[in-house]
Amino acid sequence: MATSDSSPVRLLYDVRVRAVLYQVVAVALVVGIGLYLFGTVSRKLAEQNIATGFDYLSRPAGFVISQSFISYDSGNTYGRAILVGLLNTVWVSVFAVALSTVLGLVVGIARLSRNPLLSTLALLYVEALRNVPLLLYLFLWYALIVAVFPPVREAWQVLPDVFLSNGGLIVPSLRWSPAHTGVLAAAVLGIVLAFVVAGFMRRHRVASGHARAAWPFVLAALFVPPLIGFLLFQPDLVVNWPEKGRFRITGGVQVTPEFTALLVGLGLSASAGIAEIVRAGILSVGRGQWEAARSVGLHDRQTMRLVVLPQALRVIIPPLTSSYLSTFKNSSLAIAIGYPDLVMVSNTTMNQTGQAIEGIAIFMLVYLSMSIAISMLMNWYNARVALVER
Amino acid sequence: MTDTAQLNMLAPVPEERPTRPASSWYALLKPYIGSPFNAVVTFACLWLIYRLVAGAWGWLVTRAIVEGGPQTCKAAAGAGACWPFLAAKLRFMIFGFYPYDEHWRPALAVLLFLGAMIYSMVPRFWSRRLLWLWLAVVVTCGVLLYGGLFGLSVVNTTNWGGLPLSFMLSSVGLAFGFVLGVLLALARSSKLPAIQVIAVVFIEMVRGVPLVSILFMASVMLPLFMPDGVTIDKLLRAQVAIIIFAGAYIAETVRGGLQAVPKGQHEASASLGLGYWLSMRKIVLPQALKIVIPPLVNIFIGFFQDTTLVTIIGLLDFLDTVRSAMRDPVWQGIAVLEGYIFAALVYAVFSYGMGSYSRFIERRLKTDHSHGRH
Repeated sequence: MATSDSSPVRLLYDVRVRAVLYQVVAVALVVGIGLYLFGTVSRKLAEQNIATGFDYLSRPAGFVISQSFISYDSGNTYGRAILVGLLNTVWVSVFAVALSTVLGLVVGIARLSRNPLLSTLALLYVEALRNVPLLLYLFLWYALIVAVFPPVREAWQVLPDVFLSNGGLIVPSLRWSPAHTGVLAAAVLGIVLAFVVAGFMRRHRVASGHARAAWPFVLAALFVPPLIGFLLFQPDLVVNWPEKGRFRITGGVQVTPEFTALLVGLGLSASAGIAEIVRAGILSVGRGQWEAARSVGLHDRQTMRLVVLPQALRVIIPPLTSSYLSTFKNSSLAIAIGYPDLVMVSNTTMNQTGQAIEGIAIFMLVYLSMSIAISMLMNWYNARVALVER
Repeated sequence: MTDTAQLNMLAPVPEERPTRPASSWYALLKPYIGSPFNAVVTFACLWLIYRLVAGAWGWLVTRAIVEGGPQTCKAAAGAGACWPFLAAKLRFMIFGFYPYDEHWRPALAVLLFLGAMIYSMVPRFWSRRLLWLWLAVVVTCGVLLYGGLFGLSVVNTTNWGGLPLSFMLSSVGLAFGFVLGVLLALARSSKLPAIQVIAVVFIEMVRGVPLVSILFMASVMLPLFMPDGVTIDKLLRAQVAIIIFAGAYIAETVRGGLQAVPKGQHEASASLGLGYWLSMRKIVLPQALKIVIPPLVNIFIGFFQDTTLVTIIGLLDFLDTVRSAMRDPVWQGIAVLEGYIFAALVYAVFSYGMGSYSRFIERRLKTDHSHGRH
């Protein structure tokens, strides 16, 4: 055997040699296909006289976007338009995730209720949402909004300066200035500070055994920074009152029907999945835990809060992460009902510039990096709540 | 976690029911009005059910317009459902722009497809023969839809639409996606690092982006990838996108199954002298796939619903033909909800059927393993 090891045919029977060979072939195949595709695409683009590169991002976009959180008009660049789209995607996703979590928690717990009526209703809710495509619901909610609410000219005046029509909900707004941004930043700082203080007080209480009321400190941490910010920046409070004209309502801030339909559609669909996740999580906590908690004298509410939910959370968090991720990705269905999210703005950009590959590359990259960011964040949280074993 | 009242109701998980005499009214009513809070919940539920049922009954039956045309429905101004719309547009919704006189062909294809599906869902018929059956069904359906043989006129894919298209996109997508998914799962759990990395990058990239973006990519970039003179059908582009997307998700599910197969099985097959492919095919995959049948069926349900997204790149799937029917000038603005409700019912029936099947299979597979462990 040892003498013929050097023969090339023998070599092929060596497992290690084969492993290397397979990998070389696989890599060569992938690289080869990649090179071939790249070559074909660049040749075809050159033939069709389509420009390549990302220069277009700094050219004026020339289209309007119906909803934006940063100042934007049609004179701004494509790059800024895409940023507006991205912010819109994040905005609707955050609200949809919050809505789906609250609804999912309530419905998931209702599914476990002893009251057969309530648990059956919760089951119906879950089944109705899970068995019909999300896109269909989006169209349905949008059609309902347009059908139920009156046209803009006959808008309902719900409150003195609040208008409701199939053009959306219009409420008074503040005229925004950098000073407001400063106060907002101070408020965010206050929230972070409140969490830090609460954590510190809890650790102190656990370490020292002295129970001291934490809430005055937490409240102070929450409210003092925005107060200082307010006094420091002195924002002027000019309210932008909506005014009803003959054909449209000007001024104020608008919650568009597209946003509402997308928010409701995404939120409800995801809540059905989350309800099942919550239910499975609570059921995964053994009966013995309930009994043990009762035998040490905890009542039901305490048992749920202190014993069952912390354990259920370990089972709940990983699938919850994927639910949040799919809500974020599903927000791309916005394009079907005309909410100006990242994909829709990119699509308009692609149609105007003809540079489809760059457009698709940008939004795929954005989704990919956001997905990775969200899963890293949730993994970090999961590691915090995970069972610490000795 | 503030709604503590909600949490209270949950406390004793209802597994053990106290034995009660059948005539005890109190015991019978206890789950409904056992505590003041529970009584409030019961009445709130009853009120909700009453409102839902009464509203649906009124809209669907008592106030519905059963006979007449667009004008009758328009006069009713949405007070009740407009059934004439469904009656007039039913065939268009189901078959799209397929030539009217040839509707029997897609209808027959759908029946064949559903028949084969129901047949292969029965565990008693699971065997290698099913593969041949499906091959025959797929070829027959293809010939029926496209034509060109046996005197059937050719119908271009641009005229395909409606329910047959939705079924085709999802079933072909899942069949090829399944093969791709198993290969990817094997690659990802392979010991060879380069192959593993390729699989991980592919799977995570596809799973990290929405289906819409993959559909866009396929519809824009696939034509650029083709060599000169080769054009690629719009339908085929969407199909490729669905296969890629399904493959990545199926791969992750199958990988879960592969991990659940004990290491001893690999070692035992190696000690019998089986090579990698033989041991995978004969020993590991059969066990792994059996474990993942229920989650796979759930993925199938999801993808059946996700095929609706092809409407975004301009294909006429079932949801799109329903929307086109509602946009018909004769009916526009008259029946705004009826079409969606009809489509929702169709999707719900199929999804619910598949879901019940998934639960049935789960129970069945559990009893197979029942000796000792479960």
